[in-house]
Amino acid sequence: MDKLKFAFYWGASCGGCEVAVLDIDERVLEVLQIGDIVFWPVAMDTKYKDVEAMPDKSIDVSFFNGSVRNDESEHIAKLLRQKSKFMIAFGSCAHEGCIPGLANLHDRESIFKKVYKESVSTVNPNGVTPQTHYHVPEGEIHIPAFHDTVKTLDQVVDVDYSIPGCPPNPDIIVAAIDALASTVDEKFAGIMTVNGYKIETLPPKGAVLAPNRAQCFECPLKKEDKRIDKIYRVYEKIPEPGKCLLDQGIICMGPATRMGCHTQCMNAGMPCTGCQGPVDQAEELGASMMTALTSNIGLDDEKESDYDPNKFIEQIKDPIGTFYMYSLPASILKRKVMKK
Amino acid sequence: MKRVTIDPITRLEGHGKIEIFLDDKGEVSNAYFQVPELRGFEKFCEGRLAERMPLLTERICGVCPWAHHYASTKTLDMAFGVEPTDTAKKLRELSYMGYYIYDHILHFYFLGAPDFVVGPDAPAAERNIFGVINKVGLEIAGEVIKHRAYGQRMSAMLGGRATHPVCGLPGGISKGLNEEERATMEKMAKSSVDFAQFSLKLFNDIVLGNQTYVDLITSDAYTMKTYYMGLVDDNNKVNFYDGKVRVVDPFGNEFVKFKPEEYLDHIAEHVMPWTYPKFPYLKNIGWKGLVDGPDSGILRVAPLARLNASDGMATPLAQAEYERMYEVLGGKPVHHTLATHWARLIELLYAAEKAVELVTDEGITDTDIRNMDLGEPGEGVGIVEACRGTLIHHYKLTEDALIEKANLIVATVNNMGAICMSVRDAAKGLIHKGVVNDGLLNMVEMAFRAYDPCLSCATHTLPGQMPLEIVIKDVKGKPVKRLSQNL
Repeated sequence: MDKLKFAFYWGASCGGCEVAVLDIDERVLEVLQIGDIVFWPVAMDTKYKDVEAMPDKSIDVSFFNGSVRNDESEHIAKLLRQKSKFMIAFGSCAHEGCIPGLANLHDRESIFKKVYKESVSTVNPNGVTPQTHYHVPEGEIHIPAFHDTVKTLDQVVDVDYSIPGCPPNPDIIVAAIDALASTVDEKFAGIMTVNGYKIETLPPKGAVLAPNRAQCFECPLKKEDKRIDKIYRVYEKIPEPGKCLLDQGIICMGPATRMGCHTQCMNAGMPCTGCQGPVDQAEELGASMMTALTSNIGLDDEKESDYDPNKFIEQIKDPIGTFYMYSLPASILKRKVMKK
Repeated sequence: MKRVTIDPITRLEGHGKIEIFLDDKGEVSNAYFQVPELRGFEKFCEGRLAERMPLLTERICGVCPWAHHYASTKTLDMAFGVEPTDTAKKLRELSYMGYYIYDHILHFYFLGAPDFVVGPDAPAAERNIFGVINKVGLEIAGEVIKHRAYGQRMSAMLGGRATHPVCGLPGGISKGLNEEERATMEKMAKSSVDFAQFSLKLFNDIVLGNQTYVDLITSDAYTMKTYYMGLVDDNNKVNFYDGKVRVVDPFGNEFVKFKPEEYLDHIAEHVMPWTYPKFPYLKNIGWKGLVDGPDSGILRVAPLARLNASDGMATPLAQAEYERMYEVLGGKPVHHTLATHWARLIELLYAAEKAVELVTDEGITDTDIRNMDLGEPGEGVGIVEACRGTLIHHYKLTEDALIEKANLIVATVNNMGAICMSVRDAAKGLIHKGVVNDGLLNMVEMAFRAYDPCLSCATHTLPGQMPLEIVIKDVKGKPVKRLSQNL
């Protein structure tokens, strides 16, 4: 074997995962010692027809970011699965659905109405709307059909591993590439400069390629496990520096969220919002965080006869957006049930 | 009628395809630039915590998250009736210059340069950043990688992370700058000034020094006379972070200048049935279809438009380059779409100079980074210049400070009409007598690439009725009945 073949593709994504790949900086040149990139629409002119012409399993590793939400992303997900030895769900959208997955809270019709008819800047007296098939004077042109629900990659194709994060931390990306490449062929071991996180041996198929510990494990803020008697929103309080945000009443998803990002948000004085997803032991992130929170909230007050748990629950104004900001499609909830 | 499809279009952010129709003589009768993807932010942001909007909306775009982050943060400033402290404003603008440094380098070298450095009709397999590295050598490639990373680090130092920062809060910013960080950032900013000057020299040598490229830039296929829009400061100089929105007409005269909160008086959006994004236009001129000229409300945004809509740059080196560009290209405004690459590098120089100015400001390490005097939650509009153009956020908050309504007009969408026209005109100007090859099709793609479109941004909405098909199969998998809706 000469070099490996890599592919990078995006489904319904923001492009941040592509930027995260570039954020490995000069280590990009090390990746080029290990492999050639055969498909990468953001940077290269390979077209779909070129990928279709590749033999099955001829790509060693495909990194797929973005969720699956239309015919086009589903088709390419299946195509790349067929052409690749390893299929990686890269980043929060492919892994858990991420923020665009909050669209699973809505009904297409109401969104349609909002965007094309009710939006304050739209002028559309004839009620024109985009059509998947449309006759222009020269012929018929198409745009892909939409699926009702945002899906994670593993809800559509068989996924070998997931790399978490919105976007994944460059050190995790490098560790993953290093582990994958040296598993395929030992001669690729030691080429990548691995900093911060290292994956010694590739775990069993289906695993998340990041340390299986919570954010608190690597968080520099001092945790004193204080009982919370009031929840503060981030704009309501200047937190005391160096101290755990959750102890200060600011909801931080750290206790439930997998580490592997060098606690960047806490370093900037803001709480973790959960983009790395849960640790292996937890079924899902939201439930896991709510469990963690109930052990901190108002425990001392519970001894009082007039204790009212709603006093705390009412302070959480948007539980779905707070606890499932990145993980609704992958959660046990998946989507809101639509009654028609 | 013969049809040529480019799918997917490449070296841009997001998804798109181009359908070109040729008549019996092999001439282009029309070309359609279609954006096939959507996501749905305006709707699912309803009901969310207002303070999460800078985090939510930046996921519209991972390439320009800072633009959404600060458009959103400024919207919250207005909605809470709070003025950020001076230090906070400076720190926001400083981190924003880091974003511009990274993003403009990314577009020029990784997305745009392959067309000029490697060549517009070079083999497709070489027309990419790796081809550029082969051509310019590892030493220059190293400088490109280094300065792109500097931009990212400068912004990450304040935002916690470069992609999807977390620092924006109504009234200020969550993190200040200590002296050690400041000194590191100063080095990076100064080095970026040198690198921007080097990039302009490279452009001068490789592009302007080659008559074929100059002819291409000034050819009719890539020229269009439209209105131009961009943010300006009190002196009508280009400003990325703050100011009033100025629009000039195709002759370069000021058409209107308005405050962010007045945007609805001036900008409206049109809907087309064959693509998902909407088409913004100047309300007081009106929608006249995909045509240019003073009677059409089509407007353009992004680097060239910003320079056209302003009276200059607020820093000396960039101002000199600004003057040189207009001198070489025959005065203001410049209508040549491909000159956007040049304008982008002038902006890179401005961003680096402005970063040096801010990072050497005496008060930049002050700790008064938050004004906690917030009012009752209300309504706000925030406008910044994303690298790709004017970006508008508009929210209405409930009394619990949840999002009641959100409206977003994003940078690339403002260019949507112009991009469709540029692609069509390039196809018409370049394809004749049925001769179509990879190089020519790439030159059609160069028409949109100049705008650095971000179709991730353009697909933030989630329109379209749900097309649904249910196939009922018997036990052997043979379809027995199909039910469909909206197909």
